[in-house]
Amino acid sequence: MSEIEKIESETLARIAASQTIAALDDVRVAALGKKGVISERMKSLGKMDPEARKSAGAAYNTLKAKIAAAIDAKKTQLENAELDRRLATETLDVTLPIAPLPKGRIHPVTQVTEEIIAIFSAMGFDVAEGPDIEDDFHNFTALNFPPDHPAREMHDTFFFNEKEDGSRMLLRTHTSPVQIRTMMSQKPPIRIIIPGRTFRCDSDQTHTPMFHQVEGLVIDRETHMGHLKGTLEAFCSAFFEVDSVKTRFRPHFFPFTEPSAEMDIGYERVGNEIRMGAGEKWMEILGCGMVHPNVLRNCGLDPDIYQGFAFGMGVDRLAMLKYGIPDLRDFFAADARWLTHYGFDPLDQPNLSTGLSR
Amino acid sequence: MKFTLSWLKEHLDTTASLDEIVSTMIAVGLEVEHVDDPAERLEAFTIGEVIEAEKHPEADKLRVCKVATNEGTLQIVCGAPNARAGIKIAFAPVGSYVPGIDVTLTKAKIRGVESFGMMCSAREMMLGDDHDGIIEAPPEAMVGDPVSRWLGADDPVIEFEVTPNRPDTNGVAGVARDLAAAGLGRLVTPTPEPVKGEFPCPQKIGLHFPSGAEDACPMFAGRVIRGVSNGPSPKWLADRLRAIGLRPISALVDVTNLLTYDRARPLHVYDADKLKGEIRARMGEQGESFLALDGKTYEVSGAMTVIADENGVLGLGGVIGGEASGCTDETVNVFVEAAYFDPLRTARTGRRTGLHTDARHRFERGVDPEFVVPGLEMATRIILDICGGSASDILVAGAPPEFKHVVEFPPSEVARLTGIDAPPEKSEEILSSLGFKVSRADPWLVDVPSWRPDIEGKADLVEEVARIIGFDALPAAALPPRSAVERPKLTRAQDRRRLVKRALAARGMLECVTWSFADERNAALFCDGAQWLAEQGLVLANPISSDLGVMRPSLLPNLVSALQRNADRSIDDIALFEVAPGYVSDRPDGQRALAAGARLSNPKRHWAKAPARADLFTVKADAIAALEAAGANADQAQTSADAPHWYHPGRSGALRLGPKLMLAHFGEIHPRVLKAMDVDGPVYAFEVFLDAIPEPKSRPTRTKPALNAADLSPVRRDFAFVVDEGVSAEALIKAVRGADRKLIEEVSLFDVYQGKGMADGKKSLAVEVTLQPRGKTLTDEEIDRIGAAVVAAVEKAVGGALRA
Repeated sequence: MSEIEKIESETLARIAASQTIAALDDVRVAALGKKGVISERMKSLGKMDPEARKSAGAAYNTLKAKIAAAIDAKKTQLENAELDRRLATETLDVTLPIAPLPKGRIHPVTQVTEEIIAIFSAMGFDVAEGPDIEDDFHNFTALNFPPDHPAREMHDTFFFNEKEDGSRMLLRTHTSPVQIRTMMSQKPPIRIIIPGRTFRCDSDQTHTPMFHQVEGLVIDRETHMGHLKGTLEAFCSAFFEVDSVKTRFRPHFFPFTEPSAEMDIGYERVGNEIRMGAGEKWMEILGCGMVHPNVLRNCGLDPDIYQGFAFGMGVDRLAMLKYGIPDLRDFFAADARWLTHYGFDPLDQPNLSTGLSR
Repeated sequence: MKFTLSWLKEHLDTTASLDEIVSTMIAVGLEVEHVDDPAERLEAFTIGEVIEAEKHPEADKLRVCKVATNEGTLQIVCGAPNARAGIKIAFAPVGSYVPGIDVTLTKAKIRGVESFGMMCSAREMMLGDDHDGIIEAPPEAMVGDPVSRWLGADDPVIEFEVTPNRPDTNGVAGVARDLAAAGLGRLVTPTPEPVKGEFPCPQKIGLHFPSGAEDACPMFAGRVIRGVSNGPSPKWLADRLRAIGLRPISALVDVTNLLTYDRARPLHVYDADKLKGEIRARMGEQGESFLALDGKTYEVSGAMTVIADENGVLGLGGVIGGEASGCTDETVNVFVEAAYFDPLRTARTGRRTGLHTDARHRFERGVDPEFVVPGLEMATRIILDICGGSASDILVAGAPPEFKHVVEFPPSEVARLTGIDAPPEKSEEILSSLGFKVSRADPWLVDVPSWRPDIEGKADLVEEVARIIGFDALPAAALPPRSAVERPKLTRAQDRRRLVKRALAARGMLECVTWSFADERNAALFCDGAQWLAEQGLVLANPISSDLGVMRPSLLPNLVSALQRNADRSIDDIALFEVAPGYVSDRPDGQRALAAGARLSNPKRHWAKAPARADLFTVKADAIAALEAAGANADQAQTSADAPHWYHPGRSGALRLGPKLMLAHFGEIHPRVLKAMDVDGPVYAFEVFLDAIPEPKSRPTRTKPALNAADLSPVRRDFAFVVDEGVSAEALIKAVRGADRKLIEEVSLFDVYQGKGMADGKKSLAVEVTLQPRGKTLTDEEIDRIGAAVVAAVEKAVGGALRA
């Protein structure tokens, strides 16, 4: 065995025997350090004749590379073992509960209003709004409720105190005053829906002094009651997310439409659920009709030229029907349990491409 | 409005079933609310015959009966005094439901004797009030017959809603006319036959109205019938009134009620012997009063139409009669009045007095002006038939109000407004059957019948044609699209509210919808007081209840009280918000779009971290989140410590753009406010004024500016400054930023210290400044120079010095 072979075998044995990074480093210093065996030997090359130096130099360089590679390999092995040992001590109870984030919720009135807007947007309706505090003209007179007419008593109106000039403001009893404001400020064609708060002096199991309506208004030169029917049927099946709905239009009376109708839709009760659209029973959903010629005239439109329809429906009631919410009064009680249960995730933004709800 | 099927059939010759009648009524716009079909209601009850009735061995008042029934002969124990052999009775079998006692019968043992079913009283079957004994059917009734056939209760009662536009359907005749027009039978309403007077009317009548008020009662007619014998009505009349929920009073009064419901023609009967001098219609006078038939005394005003004699007011025209002149069983001579009272005054008088009478209901909606005298004739005939006597001539003061109304009607209007393609012949046929007279000129001239005050113009005639054809005929059509792809529909303000709601819910808050009203005391805490609310006109004249008495100036009173309501149910860790209007005046423009939230924070403990309790900075973050969602640039807002007085003076602030534009308030609600509202705090809240946020500049494209990412590593340096404790962090940060606008990219405040090692009245604020070199790296000298500039800027702006 040559000397080189001896150094190689001894050093490789010591590398293999190293148990720690520090011990391995001692081996490295002893072999490759400034005063290490191999370094010392390589220093002595200078004294050799050129031929011998050439062959010995090559041999030592090979040895040096071999040892260095062996040390690197061992080092990686020791580091891995070290890491595994440490990781083995680093265990956590993964079943510990996370800190829950509070879950915010969107109120059903907001959600359902946005659903309604999504549907009517697709049918070309703009969204208009108007003030809650109104005057008699916009809430009644312009809508063809003559002063003292019994039809006014169908609306239990909230009034403010009389002013010095004898006039008194009121809380709008329906969203219809916005029809007037729109028709007086903009030229047909008009195609709008009007969501908003409405107020009637009435409070019992099924009535609250404040509630929400969505009004619709279409004014142009050709829209007739068949369009009203088609529009509302399309709305109902989209809103209740069913393929089609069975509807019934019944003649009715509203001062601001002529002809006037109420729309019922078919439903059935299955257990606690109300299934809208089919079934033998009828549920009244909304009032509607062709805008009364007097209303058009009051807004400066000629009823022989312009025509169109209007409808109004209760947002809260639609929310109750669609989502099975039992009591209207709870809508306005701000009970955290109710809001959490019936409310909607803020990520659920109603639109028609994903379906209105999940 | 209620009527019975047999009553309808006096006006309508029809073979239609009850169901067909009901569905046709609905189809033509007479909204049926309820149908009571006694045959159906009493289906379970059949006629039985008592074969024997023995005394109960254990009870003196009970009898053990053998009863022949449709289920064979059964033993029934009965306590009725009239239970005896031979009578025909109403039998309720085991398993049937007896509505009057709300019991479903089971086989029973009564004092040890078995009993199979029950023999019922009228009250037990809800056929009347009689409970003195079991009801007895006529002897000719057969065992097993339905009870309804023999006990005068086989007449279904239909109740429907009369809409204000159809006063004619306040009478059965009007209903029959609609049904006949809809093809359900032939209209056979009899025309009243005049009764020839046998003597001149001895009762003087007159109209005494000041000029301008003549229309209060343009026509007043009447006649005297002498020698009547009043008393209970005959059974047919009493039954008919009872069936529709009226209490029979006496024949004379009942006849007026019959006409009210049969022809929508109210009348009044006076005891002629109690009248003094002329009976007249006139306006009331302040100070007058009278005792009405409902037993109450009413004050009369100058705006009310009254009927009076020389002694004073007898009744309110079109609303209610008086006790003193009313008919009694002793009445021998009766004065029958038929008049026309104008709708508006009648409605006002009714509202003023709160009287809801059948007469008011009809007069205020408009009675047929041409049926005044015919109604009087018809009543006379029935009174003579029932009560005998002899009638005088009719006296008439005034004349019916002019009713001549011709509508120009191009028949094409039906298709124009409804899309229904009705042939003109069909339209003409329908209008004629409803009593309109059609002249086929161009356009058609349609003469409106006197009982239809609602028909004003063409559109009304379209409705008449369409509703009789049926709205099922409406063709369902889609609106034409306005463009291939619809344009955005929400206004900026609407979209802002949508985004703010989603942003706040994403912060874990619950959206509420609370009343636009508030309790006045609570609302006053969140504005300049109750006086201010009143001055701004925000107080309701007729609130639904005292705790909903004013329009809220802020959303906070309702949210804060909602927090406490939840806390009362042990839910005391919640965050509520609302995006809704608040009100600053009773004008249409006195409405502001607000977003507000309130937090009550008692977080649960958690193993991993200390509970994060909401504080001033939580609601500041809420407010900023809302502002940013609404499109405001919150970075440009200035914060100041001047929130309004309902906030804690030291723990609240305001966000503004420039010196004036208030964007938001936030902070802890003032403890005194909470105490006044009986709320356990602390409560943190914010309110954002969405209308104040400036409109963003409109941009021609949606192109974003190019990304300017630096290639070179940023350099970070920390500075700690000692400043007076009154110095605001915002001022210091602003000063640091201003030291080198180009290189300083971020200033983040990471420590606030006050206490040991710090002089009294001083605090330390430490910031990390990020310098972003561009193009070339910064030398140490450059970095030092910027550091010196930062120190100098802070010293100049807020008087701070580097902390030693």
